[in-house]
Amino acid sequence: MSEAVKEPSMLLQKDMIAKNYDAITSKHETGRKVSSTFVPGNLNELLMCFDILNNLPEINAIQNGMRKLSGGYIMEAEKSGHSEDVCTYVKADIGMMGRGNIAPNGKPFPDPDVLLLSYTGCYTFMKWFELLRAEYKCPTLMLHVPYEGDGHSTKNMRDYVVKQLKEVIIPGLEQVSGVKFDIDRLREYLANSAKAEDDLVWCLDQGKRKPSPIDSYFGGVYYIGPIFTAFRGRQDAIDYYKALRLEIQARIDAGQGPMTPEGKSLDDQNYRLVVEGPPNWTSFREFWKMFYDEGAVVVASSYTKVGGMYDLGFRHDPANPLESLADYCLGCYTNRNLPTRVDILTKYVEEYEADGILINSIKSCNSFSAGQLMIMKEVEKRTGKPGAFIETDLVDPRYFSAANVKNRLESYFQMIEQKRQGAHRAA
Amino acid sequence: MRCFIGIDLGSTTTKAVVMDENQHVLGRGITNSRSNYDTAAAVSKQEALIDTRLTLFRRGLASVPEVAGRVDEIISELERHFRHVQFMEQLDDLEATCVSNIKGTRFSGLETAARDVLAEVFRRLKAHSASLFAPGARRKSDFFRDLAGSDFMQIGEAACREAGLAFELILNLYDKSIIEVENRPPAGDMEGKFVRALEKGSMTASSILKPVQDALAIPLEETYVVGTGYGRVRLPFPKEHIRSEILCHGLGAHMMYPETRTVLDIGGQDTKGIQVDPQGIVENFQMNDRCAAGCGRYLGYIADEMNMGLHELGPLAMKSNKQVRINSTCTVFAGAELRDRLALGEKREDILAGLHRAIILRAMSILSRAGGVKDQFTFTGGVAKNEAAVRELRKLIKENYGDVTININPESIYTGALGGATFAVRAVVH
Repeated sequence: MSEAVKEPSMLLQKDMIAKNYDAITSKHETGRKVSSTFVPGNLNELLMCFDILNNLPEINAIQNGMRKLSGGYIMEAEKSGHSEDVCTYVKADIGMMGRGNIAPNGKPFPDPDVLLLSYTGCYTFMKWFELLRAEYKCPTLMLHVPYEGDGHSTKNMRDYVVKQLKEVIIPGLEQVSGVKFDIDRLREYLANSAKAEDDLVWCLDQGKRKPSPIDSYFGGVYYIGPIFTAFRGRQDAIDYYKALRLEIQARIDAGQGPMTPEGKSLDDQNYRLVVEGPPNWTSFREFWKMFYDEGAVVVASSYTKVGGMYDLGFRHDPANPLESLADYCLGCYTNRNLPTRVDILTKYVEEYEADGILINSIKSCNSFSAGQLMIMKEVEKRTGKPGAFIETDLVDPRYFSAANVKNRLESYFQMIEQKRQGAHRAA
Repeated sequence: MRCFIGIDLGSTTTKAVVMDENQHVLGRGITNSRSNYDTAAAVSKQEALIDTRLTLFRRGLASVPEVAGRVDEIISELERHFRHVQFMEQLDDLEATCVSNIKGTRFSGLETAARDVLAEVFRRLKAHSASLFAPGARRKSDFFRDLAGSDFMQIGEAACREAGLAFELILNLYDKSIIEVENRPPAGDMEGKFVRALEKGSMTASSILKPVQDALAIPLEETYVVGTGYGRVRLPFPKEHIRSEILCHGLGAHMMYPETRTVLDIGGQDTKGIQVDPQGIVENFQMNDRCAAGCGRYLGYIADEMNMGLHELGPLAMKSNKQVRINSTCTVFAGAELRDRLALGEKREDILAGLHRAIILRAMSILSRAGGVKDQFTFTGGVAKNEAAVRELRKLIKENYGDVTININPESIYTGALGGATFAVRAVVH
């Protein structure tokens, strides 16, 4: 394949990520502290209050997946005893450590100073950090976020999270960093977050247009990058979303669809889809091509909500700083129960006027893949739109069977087409 | 006349169906998929057109009072002669190819001997060929590769022994040449071959000749071709002529049994559970993913492991009265389990019965993921020809879904191609 064509916002983001990796790998020169933490329930603003850098193992696994390194790392981890069924993000991370822990900038990752584990629905996170703790022997701070098993959070749950922030997380971070917590600093960062979040929501909302100027899955994973990772609360994230907004606005003005890696915009859109589940990263472009070659555009996805459901109205709130961090963690998509996920996906199919729902179920993700077939059937029933189910993996290249996936996608698209024709005939 | 053709390029076999504009099936053709999908598509299409000619002959003869009651016999004779003519033509090609492959150091000094032995082998093959196409003769396969291959082994070995030449030399020529022959596009002139077939037979009465010749004169125009199956992207068709096999199977099953709501297709490397609406439009489907265990190839592998023919598995399993439980859904592991059971003294038929159940259990799981089984239920694909698999399926459907009408068409292997041909008609006529 030719070199992927990148839009200005992508290049901007690439630069931000590169700078963050440089900051992390130069911690010994600069004396800055580094934390490892996860995307869902990511407390970036809080870390910023202590001048701690944010390194995200999931993002490293994704980077290694897209750079075709994860396969080797996974085998490395398997050699050290991690079975085939273990989450491949974990194995890619462990395997990377086994092979010198080299960051994408070619320099070794320094050991983290603290592991900040916000537990938001994925139990593997706990096991993952147990492994990291054994490796790095550094302080581990766990924020236990109660699961929204009843479909909503209660005051009690919120108080419980706030109490942990006050009594465990903040004192812990103070100790690691030697910096005193300043709530006004947090308020300032949260105000920055909210600004960027407003623009992100505007961007994702444009999927409702026809043609859609965005792809909310393959493009969407870029759009969520800064806000889900080490940049939320920072000025550069605000600037990024302003730039992204302008870029999307320009496409709307020109009547264009999203840009594909081949540098052409997908204007001729035959199928509008809602997608549930993360993308496959090891064959990301090949996977995307299966969609745009058929004129399929993803208008909304749940994966772009795993690091915060801003589209449902949540904003980080400088007036209630700790409470809003608690609400943020509680409301992450991964922390929602199955009926709520059905409600959200149904709403997407309807509001974005999609032709159906596609589930990309992840082979090695036991916690998130459970129940997806039921989700699909329920969304189908409620919307009357057909669903389809494919299975791949996050970063294990062995579990992407291109011929099978393509076959199913093509069948699905033709099925939508056939149903449409059937509906026309009946009408 | 206008012909609408559906071609299903499967992993094991390639099937074609020819339809007229009223959606009546005129002919069906099948061939092994080889490593060359282009040729497989061309051969299966030609086979279906040959079958179409036979249908036209049948129609032509139907109105001839003199042959009333004998039409089947006449057609069958004509077909046997036609197949023989075709076989001889392919043998000539194979012989010429073998001779042209006598080259290289391994033949140095042996060229003449090899050529002589080949001449003798092919002389005997041709002499023997008549018996392959004699009335009532049972052929193990209709594919040239299989027919010529088994005879070549026997006759070739004998001829080499007599000539004092190493059989490996000749076998090597055959192996090399059969691939070339098989991958060549089929020879044309179907009509000419029918004329020669007519000449060979006893069908000289003008009451037969005239209607057959009239039917032969009808031009078969390839109005629209739709391709489906795993090899579909290899078809030299524009994109709109290519349909997913899920849709084709759904529609094909609907054409065979209009009341069909659920379709199970077990093919060479995938198992599909499909739900269709009253118009044959696919509503939902599930397929095996990442692993082809429990598909047709599973049986092929087991047949190899047991040193049996694929078609012998079902009948042997039917003899079982004590099913051995096979747990593994992995084809390779099932092979290990099979040897383990044999070593423990279990009977072959009982183990085979267990293996058939294992396949169907996997299919049941895919069906339930696809939304269960609704009345009527149609079972298609190569595995639907296996009586032991069918028996297990009936049992499990009844246990899980109660009384459901189960349709199995003897021509079910053509379901995908039939759906393709129907799409072809719809694309032009409707």
